[in-house]
Amino acid sequence: MSADADTPMKPWLTTQTSRKAWPIDEHSRVPYWVYTDEDVFAREMARIFCGRSWSYVGLAVELPEPGSFLTTTVGNRSVIICRNREGALRAFANRCAHRGVKFCRQRLGTTKRFTCPYHQWTYDLDGDLKGVPFRAGVKGQGGMPEDFDLTAHGLQPLKVTEHHGVLFASFDQGVENFLDYLGETNRYYFERVFDGRQLKVLGYSRQLIPGNWKLMFENIKDPYHASLLHVFLVTFGLFRADQEAQVKMDDTGRHGLLISRRGTQQATEHTQDIANLRTDFKLRDPRLLDPVKEFKDSATVVMHTVWPNLIVQQQSNTLAMRQIQPRAAGSFELSWTFFGFADDDEAMTLRRLRQANLMSASGLVSGDDSEIIKLAQDGLTPYPDKAAVLEMGGRETHDEDHMVTETAIRAFYKYYREVMEL
Amino acid sequence: MTAELVLYRELEDLYARYAEYLDDGPLESWPECFTESCLYLIIPRENVERGLPLAVMRCESRDMLKDRVTAIRETMLYEPRYLRHHVTNLRVLSHTASEVQAVANFTVVEVLPEELPRILLTGRYRDCLQQEDGAWRFTERHCVYDSTLVPNSIIYPI
Repeated sequence: MSADADTPMKPWLTTQTSRKAWPIDEHSRVPYWVYTDEDVFAREMARIFCGRSWSYVGLAVELPEPGSFLTTTVGNRSVIICRNREGALRAFANRCAHRGVKFCRQRLGTTKRFTCPYHQWTYDLDGDLKGVPFRAGVKGQGGMPEDFDLTAHGLQPLKVTEHHGVLFASFDQGVENFLDYLGETNRYYFERVFDGRQLKVLGYSRQLIPGNWKLMFENIKDPYHASLLHVFLVTFGLFRADQEAQVKMDDTGRHGLLISRRGTQQATEHTQDIANLRTDFKLRDPRLLDPVKEFKDSATVVMHTVWPNLIVQQQSNTLAMRQIQPRAAGSFELSWTFFGFADDDEAMTLRRLRQANLMSASGLVSGDDSEIIKLAQDGLTPYPDKAAVLEMGGRETHDEDHMVTETAIRAFYKYYREVMEL
Repeated sequence: MTAELVLYRELEDLYARYAEYLDDGPLESWPECFTESCLYLIIPRENVERGLPLAVMRCESRDMLKDRVTAIRETMLYEPRYLRHHVTNLRVLSHTASEVQAVANFTVVEVLPEELPRILLTGRYRDCLQQEDGAWRFTERHCVYDSTLVPNSIIYPI
């Protein structure tokens, strides 16, 4: 069948395209097709995750010596981050240059070289192709052409950078410097946790959530829900609408910060809208919540979203990197790396492990989010032509000194639309 | 041999009741399977193999188990669901008259309202038990699950 200029190859694309107009030219409306359309997903992978952005890929402490490597993803692409023989960071696609095999199947390890199991093409720790079996043929037969150039068939490199023990990678070699990318305000809060001290990994928790990845990112930019959905947080005064709080962003709106200070377990005139506030609920074993101040300012919660795939969680003393790994329009992996500092004493480590009960695949608090994301995806999927209404706190996209706002979600979509040209 | 058979019979009864409390209720009876100063963990196998301590559920006393039950009942938001525990391959590793170390396999099937049953987790229980007032109770139960990924959330204990 020839591609007649008057007959679209995929007639259904026409319908899809007409859907892809933003409902009104405002950031207070988000059409539901952004969460369900696989063409939009493919565009996000290309423009956002494999475009001009820095994706979180791991912690330096996970790569302790030359030859250490880890595998993770940037968007939906598997990548390897390693240290070469000199200990310098390298990052490349986990895709053999020969036939596309995802050759490395280990999450963490140490190696001298990478060998694809299919035809044993071998790469060094810089991703350079070093060996092709039977290159010169066997008994004078076969083999690669004379002019086959090993140097032209290395692994696809990514740019990789480290800031205070945290690793980021980018498929775009022209991506801006990481600190410029982060911006002043976000750098301040990033360095509030990552102040240069040696980190210590406490463990991992990984979930496969049946929803669109943006629902997770937005969730952390949404203080409005935190004081309503999370009865546990509200009950124990860990995060509540009447507490001193700020929502901050960078100049673009892509990164965001929710900052708040712990209150007490009591009803006030402002908590009457919280229908399920439980002032009678007391922990039988209060060791679960025994927070101590450990950072230089008075904030007790800072939830930090770094475009496009990282949530830095500091809730009391539980610290975690939450990495968003999109798989399809309706599915993403949420991969948590819980950490403390190498100089934590035993009591602090135990405190972090106990508080992890709030936040994990079985989190007393975060469980609410993974469940609500599924319900949101279930609800909106049959309605691609409808849109979310985001008018809490107005229709603007600037910083706020309170939690009763969806400003950071609007700012996120302002930037999203620029990058996606939607 | 007879004493060993009796011990296995007693443990099997406890393991079956434990599963029943989680699958058919009452959930409030689940903490009674543990001693007062117990340790209960749900922990991914990858953390255990790397020597990392982080558990996704960690209760360091029977009271903490009760707090978890209260949270499930009163504060957490989740889709209603049924669990079905299948516990097999019970093996006593060592025992005295009042203390036992044992392992068993678990497969937990989860049923959500509009979905077919699916396997939530498979893995191994690593248990320490103690006899108290004529009944066996867990002093430690580590639920080590095999997958790195959890399908969405773990709401009820394993």
